[in-house]
Parts: sequence; structure tokens; C-alpha cells
Amino acid sequence: MLGTSGTLLESLERRSRTSRIGSGRITLAIGILILGTMIVASLAAPLITSAKPDAIDPLHPLLHPLSPGHLLGTDSFGRDILSRILYGGRIDLLIGFGATSVTAVIGTAIGLASGYFGGWVDSIIMRIVDLFFAFPFFVLVIAIVAMLGPSIFNMFVAIWLTSWISYARITRGHTLVAKRQEYTLAARALGYKNRRVMLRHILPNVVSYVIIFAMVDAVGNIVLGSSLGFLGLGAQPPSPEWGVMISDGQNYLLTAWWLSTFPGIAIILVGVGFSLIGDGLADILRPGD
Amino acid sequence: MTGRFGFLGRRVLQLIPVVVGITILVFFLLHLVPGDPARQILGQHYTPKAAAEIHHKLGLDQPLWTQYRIFMDRLVHGELGDSVYYNQSAGSLIAERLPATLLLIAYAGVLAALVSIPMGIIAALRRGGIFDQATRIGTLITFAMPPFWFGIILILFFALKLQLFPVSGYGHGFSDHLWHLFLPALTIALAFSTILTRTLRASMLSTMRMDFVDTARIKGISRTTVLMRHVVRNAIVSIVVVFGINLAFLVGSTVIVESVFSIPGLGQLLVAAVESRDYPVVQGTTLVLAFFVVLVNLLTDVVHAALDPRVSYE
Repeated sequence: MLGTSGTLLESLERRSRTSRIGSGRITLAIGILILGTMIVASLAAPLITSAKPDAIDPLHPLLHPLSPGHLLGTDSFGRDILSRILYGGRIDLLIGFGATSVTAVIGTAIGLASGYFGGWVDSIIMRIVDLFFAFPFFVLVIAIVAMLGPSIFNMFVAIWLTSWISYARITRGHTLVAKRQEYTLAARALGYKNRRVMLRHILPNVVSYVIIFAMVDAVGNIVLGSSLGFLGLGAQPPSPEWGVMISDGQNYLLTAWWLSTFPGIAIILVGVGFSLIGDGLADILRPGD
Repeated sequence: MTGRFGFLGRRVLQLIPVVVGITILVFFLLHLVPGDPARQILGQHYTPKAAAEIHHKLGLDQPLWTQYRIFMDRLVHGELGDSVYYNQSAGSLIAERLPATLLLIAYAGVLAALVSIPMGIIAALRRGGIFDQATRIGTLITFAMPPFWFGIILILFFALKLQLFPVSGYGHGFSDHLWHLFLPALTIALAFSTILTRTLRASMLSTMRMDFVDTARIKGISRTTVLMRHVVRNAIVSIVVVFGINLAFLVGSTVIVESVFSIPGLGQLLVAAVESRDYPVVQGTTLVLAFFVVLVNLLTDVVHAALDPRVSYE
């Protein structure tokens, strides 16, 4: 009896894992489709629209969406909104990938070393992590940008300086677990060097957590980057960065709602794409969690 | 009980390095300024005499260690230096702006709880149902939604089209404040409720799988009673913790939403100070907001310990 119920439970568990992996694949595919479309569209912007993002047309300001030649309308300078969103996507996607990838690599390396070696280095790094966690992240980024001077590059610097801590914390936590596993002990018993144990045995078991978090973080970074653009502290006008576009449109809300609305939808689409990829990967890579 | 007080005592002791660290970090912010801060502040009005005056005012004519000592000495006496733009101390500027920000944060927190507690509970009870799916898609979208954009959309519909709420400002008197701050608070609440709803749902689901829930059911207690007394109570405790963890996020959203709705709070002061290169005000605001987060985190730990006796053993 016990044996049968055991196998029944096991098979149920396996089935739920399999179904999680299955639904995870669908989620991942939808996410890749959305994000992929946005990436391709912004890279292929010149093929999609002949309008230049910064071409001013004083004769046709504030044209409604679906106007001939201007699918999403024009702004107060007569600039084509669709073209600006497509070209602006290059900046916002660069923020998403550029800010996230650098901090992910730095943070993971620090967390891995901190968790693996332990000791006083670990204590110091963890105190720094605690300190940064106490700060309202957005406020700290603004303060750093304030000191360096508002620009898109300084925005990257501010994010690089502050965002690695989440990765360090995640990686350190999972490294501490992996360090005690038999495969790590075996690798060390075989006399492998620390670097090899860390990179070949621990990192592959930790990296899935990093990748899943990076997808969430990318959404956060795009929202952050556009927020700074909106406040005038990141990308500067006349850049077609989406936050800057939303800020430009704020003065024309009543007469021209489309100026601010469409760039916002673009941010949401990219964000949803990243989130779905993260959710899908979580189901596939960690179906048991 | 001693365990619980011991826990709180340890928690307060742990704060000391964090608080000292915050002061060091904020102090060094000024030294991130490329070149001479006085040149940045003065711009076209630069003269060696004016620069020397600013150096003296910011304490830059002293050695680094003395600068930090002066910074700390002032801080202990509640002074945050003088604004270089306004003819006022940074401390008094911040004190003027603080109430609006605190009210906005509290307001947003209450709205977020009102929205996400029922949503999280229903989504967990009807797991996999239509409501659960809708909540999942809803949180997916709101998570990617920039708060400043959502604020603008709210202004467009509720302030400009329907004219139910003011477009911006803070108003006079408490009820007027609540009316003016409704849309800004809702903007922040939406972003925050994404996190709250997800956490509450997950916490409910894991509590419902616990043995004590089955035990209570086997003892013949009705499903509703078990849910209200055991499951929801445990889930509420998790809400308190999530509140503490995500307070920094809440404060960050406040900064930007204040700018959208022109609310005279710390966020608007900070952004204006960045533009006018008012470094002491940037430092002061950052410091106050960081201390606020640390303080409220301590408070949530106290509440958590009071609600959940297991905390004392951790």
C-alpha cells in the first residue's frame, strides 16, 4: 500500500513538473516573440518607416494617429511618433541590456567569490550589500547622477555602481548552498583549483537564478532609465528616448493624448516581454521550486 | 519574551554600522562631482572669490577627514548644511517638504493594501481560475508600467476628461490634501500592489499546504474559519514583511510621482536640487530618505516580532 501511494505521489509530482515545464515553454515563447519583435522593429527602423525621428515638420504638428503617412501621429514639432518610438527603442533596449548585463556579471562574480571564500572579505562585502539595500535605490541613483551631472552615460554609471548588489546577494546565497553539496566536495577532494571549482562546478548551478533575476532586473532598469529621461536626468531631448517622449507629451495631454500614451505602451510591451521570458525560464529551469 | 527583546536589541545594534555607512556614502557623494564643485555650481558666474566662498561653505578647504568630522558634527546637531540655491538651510527646506512626502507614502501604502489584500486572497483561493489568471496578467502589465506614465494617464482621464480630481498640487488642510493626493497615491499604490498581491497569493498558497491547516479542518472547524483565523492571519504577517522589504521601492516611486503631479515634497525638492546643482540639498534629502527607510524597516521588524512569535527564535 505504502509503496503504491508513494509511486502515485511521485508520478503526480512528476506530472506537475512536466506540466510546469510545458507551460513554461509557452510563456517563454510568447515573451521571446514580444521582445524579439520590439528588438527587430527598432533595429530595422529605417526599413519600416522612411520618416526620420528628428525631422521637424512645422506644417504638420500634432497630427492624429492614423493620419496618412503618420500611423501614430506627429508631435508638437511635427516629428513622426512611430519613427521616434522605433529609434527610441534602440536607446531603451540598450539601457535594458547594457545596464543589466554589466551589473549581472560584476555582481555574480562578487557574490561567487564572497560566498566561496567566506571570511573577512565576505563580511565586508555583505556589510556593503546591507548598506546599499538600506538606501531607496532610485534616490541613490538620482543622487549619483546629480553629482556626476545628468547624462545617459552617467545614468549607466549610477546603475552599474548600485545594481550589482542584488546579484551579489543572490549568487552568494546559492553559492553557500552549492559549496556544501557533494559534487563540490568531490571536486575539491580531487584537488581542483578554486577557480575551476567555482567556474565549472558552482557557477553552472547558480547561474539559472541569476538569469531569472536578470529578466526582472531588466524591466526595472528600463523603467528606471525612462524615469530618469522623463525627469531630465538621463537621456536628453531631442533624443527619442521613451521617457523623454512621455515628458514632451505631458504638456499636450488634453489636445494630443497620443504623444505620451504610445511611448508608454512601448515600455510596457518590452517589460512584459522580459517578464514572460523570466517566468518561462523559471518554470523550465526550476520546475521544483 | 527575553528572546524577543534580545532579538530587537540585536536588530538595533545591527543598525549602527548601516547608519554610519549611510553617512559615509552620502558624505562621499559630493566627491563624485567631476572637477571642482564650486565651478559646477557657479557656472558662468565663476570668480575665484566666489569659488573660495563656496569651498568654505561646503567645507572643501579642509582635509578629507576633517570634512567628514564637520559633516558628522553638524548632523548630530540636526544640521545638513546650507542650500547654495535657496537662501535657507537644507534642513529647514527638507522639514518643510517632508510632511507631503510622508502623507503620500502612507496614503499609497493604505491604498495598495486595500487593493492587494482582497486580490491576493481571492486569487489564492480560486487558484487557476479566471480571477487568478486575470490577476496574473494584470500584475505582469503593471510591473512593467512606468509609474510616471500611469500617473499621466490617470491625469488624462480623471483630472482632465472627467474633472473628478485636481491635475496637480497639494491643497490646504487635511481633507484637501487627501483629495489632491488621491491620484498620485493611486499611481504609487498600483505599482506597489503588484508586489503585494503576488507575495500574498504565494504566501496564502504555501500556508494552505501546511499541516496545521489540515489538522484544523480534521478537528471539524469550518473552511471559512480556518481560512480567516489561520491562513489569512499568517498571510497578513507576510504582508508586513513585504512592506518593510519594499519600502525603499515605495519611496523611490514617490520621488518620481511627486514630479508628475507637482507635489511640494522631498522628491520634487531632490529633482530640483539636481537641476540647480544644489549639492547640500541632494545630500540632505538622500540622507533623510535613507534614514527613513532604515527606521521604518526597524519598525516593521518590531511589528513582525509582535505578530509572529517564531521571530524571536531566528
